Amino acid sequence: MSVLAYGTAGWLFLVGLYGIVSSRNLIGMVICLSIVQSSTYVLLLSIGYRRGAAAPIFADIPPGSRAVDPIVQALTLTDVVVEATVVALLLALAVQAHKRFGTLDPNELTPLRG
Amino acid sequence: MHALIPLPVVVALLGAAFLAAANKLLPRWATDTVGLACALAVLVLCVLLVIDASHLTVYWFGGFRPRGGVAVGISFSVDRIGAGMATLAAVMVSAALLYSVRYFDEVGSLFGALMLVFLAAMVGFCLTGDLFDLFVFFELMSVAAYALTAYKIEEAGPLQGAINFAITNSVGSFAMLTGIALLYGRTGALNMAQIGSALAGHPADGLVKVALLLIMGGLLVKAAIVPLHFWLADAHAVAPVPVCVLFSGVMVELALYGLARVYWSVLAAPMAAHTDGLRVTLIALGVLSTLVGAVMCVAQRHIKRLLAFSTISHTGMFLIGLGLLTRAGLAASGEYVLEHALLKGALFMAAGILLHRFGTVDEHELRGRGKSGDPGLRVAAAVFVLGGLGLAALPPLGVFFGKSALEGALTHTPGYGWVPAVLVLGSALTAGTILRVSGRVFAGWGERTPRHHELLSVVSERPETLSPHDRTPAVMIAAPVLLLIGGLLVGVVSGLRAGIAAAAARMADHAGYVAAVFGAPAGGVRSPHAPVVTLDFLLAAATVIGALAVAGFALIQASSWRVPARVGRTLTASMVSLRRLHSGCVNDYIAWLVAGLAAIGAALALT
Repeated sequence: MSVLAYGTAGWLFLVGLYGIVSSRNLIGMVICLSIVQSSTYVLLLSIGYRRGAAAPIFADIPPGSRAVDPIVQALTLTDVVVEATVVALLLALAVQAHKRFGTLDPNELTPLRG
Repeated sequence: MHALIPLPVVVALLGAAFLAAANKLLPRWATDTVGLACALAVLVLCVLLVIDASHLTVYWFGGFRPRGGVAVGISFSVDRIGAGMATLAAVMVSAALLYSVRYFDEVGSLFGALMLVFLAAMVGFCLTGDLFDLFVFFELMSVAAYALTAYKIEEAGPLQGAINFAITNSVGSFAMLTGIALLYGRTGALNMAQIGSALAGHPADGLVKVALLLIMGGLLVKAAIVPLHFWLADAHAVAPVPVCVLFSGVMVELALYGLARVYWSVLAAPMAAHTDGLRVTLIALGVLSTLVGAVMCVAQRHIKRLLAFSTISHTGMFLIGLGLLTRAGLAASGEYVLEHALLKGALFMAAGILLHRFGTVDEHELRGRGKSGDPGLRVAAAVFVLGGLGLAALPPLGVFFGKSALEGALTHTPGYGWVPAVLVLGSALTAGTILRVSGRVFAGWGERTPRHHELLSVVSERPETLSPHDRTPAVMIAAPVLLLIGGLLVGVVSGLRAGIAAAAARMADHAGYVAAVFGAPAGGVRSPHAPVVTLDFLLAAATVIGALAVAGFALIQASSWRVPARVGRTLTASMVSLRRLHSGCVNDYIAWLVAGLAAIGAALALT
């Protein structure tokens, strides 16, 4: 189980990177970037996973009973907020590129070369 | 006093929120004043923190102090290097806000809001003692920086620059987060002192090494270390000048500060057996950055992009100092960062004066146009000449003391006695290029039309344009003058060297850091700082003469130089291929990033 989860995290990171390197479309690139970030969600949650444990909400289970790690869940939530910010900003840039210059290919904008 | 510790971040964030809410409601003078007042308040608070932080001072949010040796709460752990970097950030943001009062023709208060968010993130990054918060502040700093790069969103250049910057740095920070997650999985802790003490005592295994690689990778992307540096020149070329001041002056250096913090408080003990391998890797990266940055700097004619490559070169030198993994190296880099930041900020502001007056920062288009002697242009000329000489380490000005300390630290480390030659070469090339710009723009020297343009210039780049003005406002003169005077003279302030050496020794004292976080009284640390010796003056003289030679070679009519045809062809071809690597294509940048991380990982695994 845990090998599968860690493997998935690694796979998502690499496949997302491959997508960014090979994409010619800004929207595609942003989606691949969020795939890379998804790998961190999977990794964080699988680090905190305990077999047979409950959700860490002690309202309806007795204190001291087995629960999954709540810290990684807080970290993942923060991570989601970070992703929302970055993706929103990049999509705003993509919209602007399309509106002003009629292209979603980042390499068709002005040449920043050399 | 203790309650003041989180206040700089709070003040900056509240100021930003106020400015965002007041956008278009208040007149411009009011929002500018509020922004500047907030930045100055943060500056005062940071100075108080520096004074207070002679020992590590720890603030636990919500009073969640560690119990039984377990730190569950979140802390700000402030020492003098961290508080000093925060102060530097506040100085640069204050200067940049002062400058931008008149730099932009129209600017909403959102610009000030973004600058204050940027400041809050930088200060938080310097003060935090929690590894995950380090990532959060890092990411907040990045997002503010992306938005500031794309501030002139209606133009294509800023769009492309911001996209390259955002995608490259996001991949870097996700790598860093993965590394942090791995360390959490191993130790169950996020407080740096706690992770450090949990890892100490066992030599680093594969997982710790991979975590180190990923965290280091994320920070080195932000620090623009070759081959992870491509985004920096693109972002600098297109970002507004006050933003460039912050990028070059502090943001890039902060990433190296983060690396030093993570190394000394978390990884120094478990990596003890691998110190030599890590040292070789970091210094090799630093040397590569110093040289590639310097060569690319010579090849530019867009002044902001030229200064950006000079920053890459200098960041390489800071990494060399850090990479020694000694107290002396850390102290030298700290001093060098301070002197470089003020000078580079002044230089960007002087470039901004040219941009404001003439609507272009193309070195060849500006040839001789800086001659007319009104105050704005005279100040710009002084900044370029003195800034160039200051970066060439003309004793006792500018970076002389920092560079001497770095060279001293290198010559005292067996096997690295040759590295000062690289520092001299990099400084001479970058400072010489700045002097070349001074000669061409402000004295009209050099050929009228660029010959050898395939070798010494970039032709494909569109100059950045604003509508030209016929005079320079007073605040745009005051800000660079203040930074220039500070940058030239900060090195001679008495007690600064000893203070930085003591602070660096404390930062590099892993056991003391852990003990202080868990409430034990701090012991004393020895803080040696080497005196300036004759060799330092010789190396400084070599740098200044080299810089003058670089400038002279470019400015004296090129037809009078006889270069053998084959040498000329080889030089041109290698320069053209190096320039082609900087393709402006974000796909390539990510490919380089992956390859660079793989190479660093291989180097760490093999050594």
